[in-house]
Amino acid sequence: MYEITCDVAVIGAGPAGLAAAAAAKEQGAEKVLMIERDTALGGILQQCVHPGFGLSLFNEELTGPEYAGRFIEKVEQAGIQTLLDTMVLEVRQDGTIYCTNSRYGITMVKSGSVVLAMGCREKTRGNIQIPGTRPAGIYTAGSAQRMVNRQNEMVGKKVVILGSGDIGMIMARRLTLEGAKVVAVVEVMDYLAGLTRNRVQCLDDFGIPLLLSHTVTRIVGNQRVEGVYVAKVDQNRLPIPNTEMFFDCDTLLLSVGLIPENELSKAASIEMDNVTNGPVVNQYMQTSAPRLFACGNVVHVNDLVDNVSIESMLAGKNAAKYAMGQLPSSKRVVVCRPGENVRYLCPQKIAVSDEAEDVTIYFRVKQPQKETTLKVSCEEGLLFEKRLPRVNPGEMQHIGVSTASLSGKTLTVDAEKRN
Amino acid sequence: MEKEITCTICPMGCRIMVCGEGEVIQSVKGYTCARGEQYARSEFVHPVRILTSTALVSGSSEPLVAVRSSRPLPKELLMNCMKKIHMLHLQAPVYRYQVLIPNIMDTGVDIVATGEAKTQD
Amino acid sequence: MRNTDVLIIGAGAVGCSIARELTKYQVRVLVVEKKEDVGGDASKANSAIIHTGYDASPDTLESQLVVAANPMYDKLTKDLDVPFSRIGGILPAINQEQYEKLPALKEKAFKNRVYDVEYLSGKELLKMEPNLNPETKAGLYIPRESIIDPFLLVVGYAENAQQNGADFLLGTEVTGIHKEQGKITAVETTAGEISCKWVVNAAGLHCDEIAAMVGKNDYTVNPRKGQFYVLDKNTSCKVEHIILPIPTKVTKGKLMCPTIHGNMLVGPTAEDLSDKEDRSTDAAGLKSVAEDVRHLIPNVNLRDTITQYSGLRPNRNPEGLHVDTYDDLKNYVNLSGVRSTGLTASASLGKYVAQTLLKLGMPAEMNPDFNPVRKGIVRFRELTREQQDQMIQKNPLYGRVICRCETITEGEIVAAIHSPIPARSMDAVKRRVRAGLGRCQGGFCGPRVLEILAREMGVSAEEINKNDKGSYMIAGKVR
Repeated sequence: MYEITCDVAVIGAGPAGLAAAAAAKEQGAEKVLMIERDTALGGILQQCVHPGFGLSLFNEELTGPEYAGRFIEKVEQAGIQTLLDTMVLEVRQDGTIYCTNSRYGITMVKSGSVVLAMGCREKTRGNIQIPGTRPAGIYTAGSAQRMVNRQNEMVGKKVVILGSGDIGMIMARRLTLEGAKVVAVVEVMDYLAGLTRNRVQCLDDFGIPLLLSHTVTRIVGNQRVEGVYVAKVDQNRLPIPNTEMFFDCDTLLLSVGLIPENELSKAASIEMDNVTNGPVVNQYMQTSAPRLFACGNVVHVNDLVDNVSIESMLAGKNAAKYAMGQLPSSKRVVVCRPGENVRYLCPQKIAVSDEAEDVTIYFRVKQPQKETTLKVSCEEGLLFEKRLPRVNPGEMQHIGVSTASLSGKTLTVDAEKRN
Repeated sequence: MEKEITCTICPMGCRIMVCGEGEVIQSVKGYTCARGEQYARSEFVHPVRILTSTALVSGSSEPLVAVRSSRPLPKELLMNCMKKIHMLHLQAPVYRYQVLIPNIMDTGVDIVATGEAKTQD
Repeated sequence: MRNTDVLIIGAGAVGCSIARELTKYQVRVLVVEKKEDVGGDASKANSAIIHTGYDASPDTLESQLVVAANPMYDKLTKDLDVPFSRIGGILPAINQEQYEKLPALKEKAFKNRVYDVEYLSGKELLKMEPNLNPETKAGLYIPRESIIDPFLLVVGYAENAQQNGADFLLGTEVTGIHKEQGKITAVETTAGEISCKWVVNAAGLHCDEIAAMVGKNDYTVNPRKGQFYVLDKNTSCKVEHIILPIPTKVTKGKLMCPTIHGNMLVGPTAEDLSDKEDRSTDAAGLKSVAEDVRHLIPNVNLRDTITQYSGLRPNRNPEGLHVDTYDDLKNYVNLSGVRSTGLTASASLGKYVAQTLLKLGMPAEMNPDFNPVRKGIVRFRELTREQQDQMIQKNPLYGRVICRCETITEGEIVAAIHSPIPARSMDAVKRRVRAGLGRCQGGFCGPRVLEILAREMGVSAEEINKNDKGSYMIAGKVR
């Protein structure tokens, strides 16, 4: 069996893995190894040919391949070793990784620390349980994106898209530009799941109808999709009888949400958060297994790649520190608790050491809300508040907290409506 | 003419009403910041978009290479520009930011590669 | 004109088992199947259980065949390299009414000579199966109720039959049957006329249509739909046995059991239809599954669903499993009513039909070269790390994992495409090696499997189907 040793091993070379690996190297880790299952670095960014990346990190509007290119250059210049076309089969809490590729066969990697950066996967038809037949022509938006943008394969000519997530809207534009007819984008919620700018530039620009509070109730067609039934839904997201309409189409794309890819994390028995579906991490992006760090969409699904990069640099930096024995030892742990209209907080834990640190806490709200006051408090009372004109579940928020201010055992964030 | 424009500068998504004719704007209402007002004005007079797509490439391990317009293009020209991109047939290697169609449709904007196509070994 | 000795119509579990059994004799066997793959209908969409027959109607042909078949599976699955496990079944009595039915159920099992059925207390059952309804009073334990990979059972039969000399004509529909003086002389198909000495109708859902071609349509097939949920391997509430409800007068009810690969299966409904092509699921049917199964397993987590499917059992009217021969049509065997127990009964039906053909004059000379063993495709994920490594050194394609959910390598997919009964579609690959059957349902591996299929078959991706003709995956090239 082929064996490799390294200081920091990064699993996945998408935006999270690239940023983590570069940061680990920069922090001083000597041997950094990236393991990627695709044949190229960059992950999903390589199929995201559309613009909209890098606005906050580079102050420029880049496409996916360009954004990836910036990091790939960094990684290559830093002399980070990469194993491409390689699938990780197992990660252990002691830093051992088993992976496989055609060149070396089963490879055992022994690493001082590991960064889990496997990204996420798409929810499927099965997950959302759309009844009907099971013909060809039902794709998740991301799979379709790979086929169209990388494999030169047109998924269909007449398309209905379920879900107003960003990938779905972006595929609506992409397919329209390539000559397909996008019949409608159907969203079960009464608000847009993705970014407003994508609605304007991907749907409105091309006159593609957006049906909010609607869902696909049935798929028709024995061999290939022949159409779908779409119905209006009530407040409980249940179809309203007699509102069904038939849409003639040969393809149904699903953009109905992403799930962190945590098969490896679960198999390694690290503590998971059942709201984010990712590992529980502290502000160092360290999981319950001290050697294992996690970042990007593995931890929680992000809407902007810039955030993924920023969070992943933190993970890479701290994984390097851990491998070198430099990560501060914590005196106590503060648990971050989502309060009113807050779905989750990330990190879920804050390790408080002797040194005061500034920690950024990311979160999502449950419901869209105007005129919101964020209240950050601990057991002893309010730490501070912040006013926001509007919050949306589709747009991640963040706040900064100093560990010096955290005296209790918990930190709570509420998103209250102002009267 | 009155037109409702959804601002895409920030997540607020303000609905801004612009009143005017051609390049002359009479009134702008509903914006909540200066950047929003500016966006609504230019969107009313002359909406532009970055165009991204892919081009066919031979001699590489992948059949396509990602492309973009170097700067935003007039919105009304997007479909015609796509026709030009459709006609591209490149030969590897293609480098990032290599100009593939200079000055597309006399706009002064180039179509450049954003991905890379290495020659197949 | 093509000719054969025995022509079997239908390449489901039953048709393929018969084909395999017949290759033990010195006869030429040809199987004609209208779908593009073997096992492409009822054999692929069922509960994947090998029954004991404890609850069959005693003294029927169906009960005899099922009871006889169950013990055959230990050797059969070893010979054919088919995953199989005797996990056992549990019938919990949750209320008084059900409790009172237990003695009669046990008596029925005994009448069917299933003597290993045991009566267990609620406490014992809850210890065996902690996720059972805690109100379980008592129940029956049926140790030989078993689970199997139904796809590989059919592929196993078919490939072993083929290795022993049987031929398969897939994607070929029977369009007519020629008779002369009380005997069938030839069968007309979409691939031309085939002359033959004996014909076996194992057309499942369509057996009545074939029977009508020879004027033996004294029955009809009434499809009975069954809808199922498949749950993630990591679902929060699992069971280790086949949990069966106590049957009522109306229905045998909905069950929950593990699949041989560790998913949970929940279902099925039993809905009588007239449309033989309606394989759709619907909200009402699925809801009824959810409601009923919660009586057995209150914490079943249907949010962990990875897919849903429905299958059509070829029920017969009048009811009952029939293997018919006719005085006025001497070389024809008609199978009908091979319904939910058909997968189980396939093993004994093979032998039963072979015996029937011998009575109809099929020569009894044995094939001295018959080899009962079929080697399946290596299951990479089941190997030790060392074995995996050796596999990759021999064939580097085993080093590339294509389906990440099920850990299926390119080597396995390529092997399926070039196997004796080759996988020619996305679903055919999926059924043989499980690529795309995991939690992402092909979201990740689908585009990759498509390219591998096109490459290995030497065609463009536009020509690859999901399953049958018309189920094209892509609508052309982008450029």
